[in-house]
Amino acid sequence: MNKGKFKFDFWTIVTIIIALIFAVFLIYPLFALFASSFKDPVTGSFTLNNFAKFFHKKYYYKALINSFTVTICVTALSILIGAPMAYIMNAYKVKGKGILEILIIISMLSPPFIGAYSWVLLCGRSGVVTKFFAEKLNIHLPTIYGFLGILIVLTLKLYPFIYLYVSGALKKIDVSLSEAAESLGCNPSKKVFTIVLPLILPTLLAGGLLVFMNALADFGTPMLIGEGFNVMPVLIYSEFISEVGGQANFAAAMAAIMVFITSLLFAGQKYIVNKKSFTMSSLRPMQPKEFKGMTGVFSYIFIYLIIILSIIPQATVIYTSFLNTRGSMFTSEFSLKSYRTVFSKLGQAITNTYLYGLIAIAIIVFLGMFIAYISTRKKNAVTSIIDAITMFPYIIPGSVLGITLLLAFNKKPLLLSGTFMIIVVAFVIRRLPYTLRSSAAILYQISESMEEASISLGCSPVKTFFKITAVMMLPGVFSGAILSWITVINELSASVILYTGNTRTMSVSIYTEVIRASYGTAAALSTILTLTTIISLLIFFKLSGKKEISI
Amino acid sequence: MSVSISIQNVVKKYDKTVIIPDLSLNIKNGEFFTLLGPSGCGKTTLLRMIAGFNSIEGGEIKFDDAVINDIPAHKRNIGMVFQNYAIFPHMTVKENVEYGLKLRKVPKDEMNKKVEDILKVVKIDTYKDRLPERLSGGQQQRVALARAIVIHPSVLLMDEPLSNLDAKLRIEMRSAIRDIQKEVGITTVYVTHDQEEALAISDRIAVMKDGVIQQVGSPKQIYTRPSNVFVSTFIGSSNLLNAKIKIESGKKYVCFDDFSVEMTNLSEDIKDNQKVIVSVRPEEFSLSDKGIKFKIKNSTFFGRYINYEILPNKDLIAGNQPYFEFTQDLGHVHDFFEADDELCLSPNPLKINVFTEDGEKSLIRDVKENE
Repeated sequence: MNKGKFKFDFWTIVTIIIALIFAVFLIYPLFALFASSFKDPVTGSFTLNNFAKFFHKKYYYKALINSFTVTICVTALSILIGAPMAYIMNAYKVKGKGILEILIIISMLSPPFIGAYSWVLLCGRSGVVTKFFAEKLNIHLPTIYGFLGILIVLTLKLYPFIYLYVSGALKKIDVSLSEAAESLGCNPSKKVFTIVLPLILPTLLAGGLLVFMNALADFGTPMLIGEGFNVMPVLIYSEFISEVGGQANFAAAMAAIMVFITSLLFAGQKYIVNKKSFTMSSLRPMQPKEFKGMTGVFSYIFIYLIIILSIIPQATVIYTSFLNTRGSMFTSEFSLKSYRTVFSKLGQAITNTYLYGLIAIAIIVFLGMFIAYISTRKKNAVTSIIDAITMFPYIIPGSVLGITLLLAFNKKPLLLSGTFMIIVVAFVIRRLPYTLRSSAAILYQISESMEEASISLGCSPVKTFFKITAVMMLPGVFSGAILSWITVINELSASVILYTGNTRTMSVSIYTEVIRASYGTAAALSTILTLTTIISLLIFFKLSGKKEISI
Repeated sequence: MSVSISIQNVVKKYDKTVIIPDLSLNIKNGEFFTLLGPSGCGKTTLLRMIAGFNSIEGGEIKFDDAVINDIPAHKRNIGMVFQNYAIFPHMTVKENVEYGLKLRKVPKDEMNKKVEDILKVVKIDTYKDRLPERLSGGQQQRVALARAIVIHPSVLLMDEPLSNLDAKLRIEMRSAIRDIQKEVGITTVYVTHDQEEALAISDRIAVMKDGVIQQVGSPKQIYTRPSNVFVSTFIGSSNLLNAKIKIESGKKYVCFDDFSVEMTNLSEDIKDNQKVIVSVRPEEFSLSDKGIKFKIKNSTFFGRYINYEILPNKDLIAGNQPYFEFTQDLGHVHDFFEADDELCLSPNPLKINVFTEDGEKSLIRDVKENE
């Protein structure tokens, strides 16, 4: 870089390659999607008809209203559950806290559609609980299908976000703040509302928006349990899949509307996180106290009830996977029949999941490390654009990404649709941020003089990256990569659009098996998937040395 | 192996901000050379230009006769010690020290011997299999030093290496660094903002301000004969007094109000009645019957000496010092002063420094800006 000369070094090449990858696999497809949403399906000319159609027919715009209704309810409920739970768990000595927190994280990381499907098993039309109430007690439970089901499943899956966010914030509140309030004559409950709540409010809002985005974009849950209650991701999917000519443009228009809304939300979340967060460093975090009086009883009932409810789906699935089946019904005797079926007929789905997952993770690790490096150490216009683009997966719902990739890569020269590569691309784009963010976080902690020391000792900059920087980054990269891995193998909303007969993954198979009412094989597959998730999670805890996770 | 460094008219710019406008400097082979200045004066920038971590926008830096401007940092054969030590945390002490030797493909036996030797020199041979996180700051500092020296670099560059240590360890490490440098005889460029450290450790010092070198010389020269007012106040403390030159029958005097002292070492180009600034260090005043009148404002007892804050007639104060300082060595004094006491002090004409009115140039004969 002497005298302003442009030097064509290793990192310039890396930057260019990464920029090209993003241009081809993210920018171009998105651009193609938006372009096609303004195209007339017949003539191909510019039109706003696709959007007009959406807002004119109640069938369509009702889905948007439904989406918002259920998402707002899910968010509110998640906050009402997650925030008090976090406060109780941090302020009081709760027995079994370690295990409870792991269960909370497991219910967060397991795919929501497994939740949906096991609630169907329990409370669906022919569900165990439904039958029990109807036959033995003659009570007809309200239907689980539709709004209520989506609300239950998504809330139980998403409140952990609030729990983890608020726990993190509570740990940063120094106990002296609370003691100061008490010394000024503030009683405990008033303290929560005048000191604690205002301090965690920004975190709460940020967590709330995260829940909102996730609930809005979720596809599997409403698909399995929503039935007549149509929401946007499902509508986009069905309009896109139903091969009536020209629907792609209409689906694209709806996808564009979704992306527009999520972008606004994302911008809102960024604004809140940046403007409203306090920097707190606590020397003495809050110390848990013993419960006093009835508070303890109510707290335990509340916490255990919620956690049991959120872990029931997993338990049901694992239990039923060992039951014998007759058609779509489970019988009462135990059997490994479902597993035999899975391995004989759906073995490919399992190998596909691991294979694609590993390929995706390898790419994610490389991209994550390189992007983290160029965006923290080689700051320039191009690298900051790349850094911004890596945020896109947050605002693009999985099903929209699936459609986007399919529309962009269904013709030569980039004919990827139908191949496993397009699924890997979707995995990488959607799950890169976890690895990227934890790589960047650790890189900020590594002093640049480490690299300079190595260079001064005669090691070339590129060699230094691999010998020193990369090695020191590994712990951060690894913990991010495990999160990426867990979310990759559970990915459904993009892969369900991209899969073909030979490239189905476990989560896609579970989904299709449930649709075909082969509950036994679905349960067996889910068990395998859940087990993989739990083992990965345990490895994560072991390696990171703590029982926490940051999403 | 050690080299001299010649810096000729180098320029450093970040975008349009000029950090170093035009700087030239010669560092001799084997000497301990210190870049001293307040923060933001460009000393670290200059060091990193020598190291190769900062680009050079103009001029040349040479190691002996070879221009190094376009040689990348890793090929310059430098040893560098960083402010935060930059010990690789995932390697043991031994592995850290071996790192540079391995890159140079030194045979194993020779490498082991070199590592053993240098660890003994820096006195950490007992910790060689430890990971850095289990070392104290001073020990980490020694590892950093060993790692930089073991490769026999052409120059050793040190960027405020002691600033993260506590006061006592700083003094201990300072003499350790000095001893080790003399033992291995490597040209060393040392950056610090601590003037006491610079005086104690260096063969020569360059005092910098705003990217410009103010004076280069031995610690003694810089302290006793500063080349301008900035140097005289940055190194140690100095009282700055307004005064006038008087030349009478071949004799030269500086006059403060009604008191004047004869000077024998003023340069030839002074004129009668010329306004000057006189810099008097607190220890260069002595009590006398005739002298400048002061009133005691405050006194601070330091054990070995007493420091007085003293107030003269307002017109005497040059610049914006709130008061003057005068120190009394307790070894030879019996009379102490209290606040509001009045006293007469006379400056020692052999010690005090006289500058032009703008403070830019010394009027003492033979004071050199660049020695």
